[in-house]
Amino acid sequence: MPPKAGFSRAKNVGYDEDDIYDDYSEEEYAGDGEGEGTSEEDKEQMAAGVIKVREALGSEYKVKEAEIQDALWNYYYDVGKSVTFLKNKYAPKAPTPAKPKAVSRFDQAAGAADAKTPTSTGTPKAKAKTRGSADGEKLADSVEKLVVETKVKSKSLNVVDEYRNCALKRVSNFVVIGHVDHGKSTLMGRLLYDLKVVDERSVDKLRQEAETIGKSSFALAWLMDQTPEERSRGVTVDIATVPFETEQTSFTILDAPGHRDFIPNMIAGVSQADFAVLVVDAQENSFQSGLKGQTKEHALIVRSMGIQRLIVAVNKMDTVSWSKERFDKVRQATTAFFETASFSLKNITFIPCAGLTGDNVTKRVADDNADWYSGPTFLEALEASEPKARALERPLRLTINDVFRGSGQNPLSISGQIEAGTLQVGDVVLALPSRETATIKAIELPDGSPADWAVAGQIPTLHLVDIDAVHLRLGDLLCAPTAPVRLVKSFTCKMLAFEHVMPQFVDVFRGKQQVTGLITALASILNKNTGEVTRRKPRIVKPGEVARVRIELEGSAGLPLEVGARIVLRDGGRTVGAGLLESYT
Amino acid sequence: MKLLRQQIEAKTGAGTATLLPEEPEDMWHAYNLIQPTDQIRAKAIRRISKDMGGGAVTSQRIALDLTIAVTSTDFDLASNELHVAGRVVSENEHVKLGSHHTLDLELNRKFTLEKVDGWDSVAVGMLAEACNTGSRAEMWAVVMGEGIANICLITEHQTILRNRVEVSVPRKGKGHMEQHNKGLEKFHSTLLGTLQRDMEGAKRDAQTEKTVPLLLASAGFYAQAFLQFVKEYAVRSGNKFLQALVPSIVVAHSAGEHVHNLAEVLASPACTAKLADAKFTRETALMDTFMKHMRLEDGRAAYGPREIERAVESGAVGRGGGVLLISNTLFRSHNLAERKRWVALVDRVKDVEGGEVRLLSSLHESGKRLEALGSIAAILTYPLEEMEEEEDEDVANGVHANDEEMII
Repeated sequence: MPPKAGFSRAKNVGYDEDDIYDDYSEEEYAGDGEGEGTSEEDKEQMAAGVIKVREALGSEYKVKEAEIQDALWNYYYDVGKSVTFLKNKYAPKAPTPAKPKAVSRFDQAAGAADAKTPTSTGTPKAKAKTRGSADGEKLADSVEKLVVETKVKSKSLNVVDEYRNCALKRVSNFVVIGHVDHGKSTLMGRLLYDLKVVDERSVDKLRQEAETIGKSSFALAWLMDQTPEERSRGVTVDIATVPFETEQTSFTILDAPGHRDFIPNMIAGVSQADFAVLVVDAQENSFQSGLKGQTKEHALIVRSMGIQRLIVAVNKMDTVSWSKERFDKVRQATTAFFETASFSLKNITFIPCAGLTGDNVTKRVADDNADWYSGPTFLEALEASEPKARALERPLRLTINDVFRGSGQNPLSISGQIEAGTLQVGDVVLALPSRETATIKAIELPDGSPADWAVAGQIPTLHLVDIDAVHLRLGDLLCAPTAPVRLVKSFTCKMLAFEHVMPQFVDVFRGKQQVTGLITALASILNKNTGEVTRRKPRIVKPGEVARVRIELEGSAGLPLEVGARIVLRDGGRTVGAGLLESYT
Repeated sequence: MKLLRQQIEAKTGAGTATLLPEEPEDMWHAYNLIQPTDQIRAKAIRRISKDMGGGAVTSQRIALDLTIAVTSTDFDLASNELHVAGRVVSENEHVKLGSHHTLDLELNRKFTLEKVDGWDSVAVGMLAEACNTGSRAEMWAVVMGEGIANICLITEHQTILRNRVEVSVPRKGKGHMEQHNKGLEKFHSTLLGTLQRDMEGAKRDAQTEKTVPLLLASAGFYAQAFLQFVKEYAVRSGNKFLQALVPSIVVAHSAGEHVHNLAEVLASPACTAKLADAKFTRETALMDTFMKHMRLEDGRAAYGPREIERAVESGAVGRGGGVLLISNTLFRSHNLAERKRWVALVDRVKDVEGGEVRLLSSLHESGKRLEALGSIAAILTYPLEEMEEEEDEDVANGVHANDEEMII
């Protein structure tokens, strides 16, 4: 137990026979000695307990204060048990009759959120422990903390229903990928500028700054590239997450770096995306180097991480004077590559555009040379893209994309995409691999507005309490404590090889999270389409082949992985393969 | 390691060697040399209890020479200590025959090693290498990313992870730029502090005035940014140690921030120029050649114990480019028959076939790569046919894969 007990111990000097124990057993002692009257500490504990029970019960339970006090007294201030007891007793009064299963789970989660206590009857030891984490510490801490605690109040909403009822705009996230210097950031900057997400003034300011260092064409990209490193070198390093809205959809741009050194960051972006925008340069030389480089590698990563829908933005059309011939050539070469990479072509749209001038991004092309093109603009293509189906009913999974200090009142904030499930203010979440729990104090949507809840697909900012920043790292997973993910140390997966693969060390990526692993065995080569074993125990897996391999992770922590999880395997700066988890031990 | 006395009969290999470890790395050599069943004689401190009669017992600590038959060895990488456990085989007035003792081998304290089954060629080779104090390359390396860094010490035979620095750096985003810069600043100063402590500590231990070169490796320009920070700090603080260090810093490109990313760094031109002849760069180059043959699928590379034995059997690891790569873990095997099997293989390649044999240290990246392949691999002089049976139907499948969904 942490030494936080000091305060209450000092108060309890009277119980000297218990001094050798920590304060939790003292509390128990106090509870047992019913006839001895209440100490000051008891009163404090009772008051706090009553507040908590009231919160946990919610407004639909009309319970008298005396009843709550009685229940608390009987259960030795165990909030969780008292709540269960009172709920059972007053159940008929509850306005919602016979809830369906999904609802009860949320309710349960909310209950757990406030009490952090298993509702089943625990052994005395377990009881002491849960009290230690829930009541003991905070009571012993200070009244100030209690005030904070009461702020984190769960409304016990049925988030799935709320979501369906409020008819939100469609949420769609897309990742922008492609070779370095093909104009990803500039195209996105143009999109934001034309949609008036950023105002004229700030763009003018950037233009001036860019001109002073002789890189005037970078001004739009600087809307995305904000760090001094990125600006002075003219490359994106990290994912830029920028929200914008159209009439039907609220989009989030995940602008990925194109440079090969920053592919780990790009993988983190892909793991949050519904579909991808592949930006290719229409100019011959640059297009060819991309096809050998990251145009290819990015497309393969995106494909093997389960993204089917792809918009290919053939960028810089202004530099080839909107030549139809050039566009067709690029389309042909890219299509040929997609075929070998097993993309299904019906999900791929080709759009010619020019990020720097803004032609065919949000408005049609002005240039006469572009008469041949009558298809959609880039923005129209974005709107035509259906987001992935959301797994609202599944337990919560959220990958942390950023950890920062939100503001003075919110000393610890994280952001990241909810992959599955829902969350609401007051929920308790479990962080992996640190296995620490935290409480959600407030939720902020990408546009900065506060919210009571968030659902799968959204990328909210969560302000957390009851956890230290050292337990949260980029790439960590937040999940529902009732249905946690196992930390896996060795597993078998189907792997699509991008390079030659032998038994070797690889970096295993799960989004931003990354662990060194060892491919210990190549079990078999599989048929790409049927999954049948075509050859057992190969010595080497060739690029393009699908193999079943066994991977063991180094270190003690492991990765939080579930069956069906997508991972990327890299070695020495190259992506050697992508895997789909089949089983683990 | 200093060889004080050697009495090894060339013919049978019977005999003893008396050794004096002088540098921390010598412990690693000793660990590789000392096998179970060997007899080792060294100074030991043992507590002796004496029954004084009438139930009174006195105990005192006595320093004495003990000879033990080794049952197990334990090498602690971090503290560089070697513990050798075994049973006493030479009786003296204080210690009974057959009682257990664990010797703690220390620097600058001699020990005598005797091989019961005689010194085989591998052991003799190891002994010679351990005592060769000629070329000793050594360098510090920091493999880093944003907010994460591994500090390693690379010596001739070891890559030791000395420290790991992790500081969370907030990402860019609306209005957090200041936090990002602050986080980066904190990361840099933490890393420099840790690095400085490590390097100065090692320098004190080694009692040399020589400045060991430092390698900074990272993807992108994280390493350059850190170098900039070090330079500025060295000037600002006027720290003598850092000022001496700055000119010897090399910046190289690595794919990531992991220790195993060093393999690629060590093979890069920036490093090979500085460390031209170090053993580990040659080993890294050999592993790369092996990988190249594997990728080309020209049949001139093989890995795994059984395959290699077959290859040696058919004379493919011989004169004219045959190289046997073998990890020293195989020779640390506690199973004597196992060890003999590999010694015989090495002898055969060296003496009969005329091929080259390379003992790779399992503490280096090249050795780790080899270990993943079953600790043994070879570059062959001619392709071995039966080892690869081509199946073409698989390739045919790939072509018309478009209409069907791929399974992954």
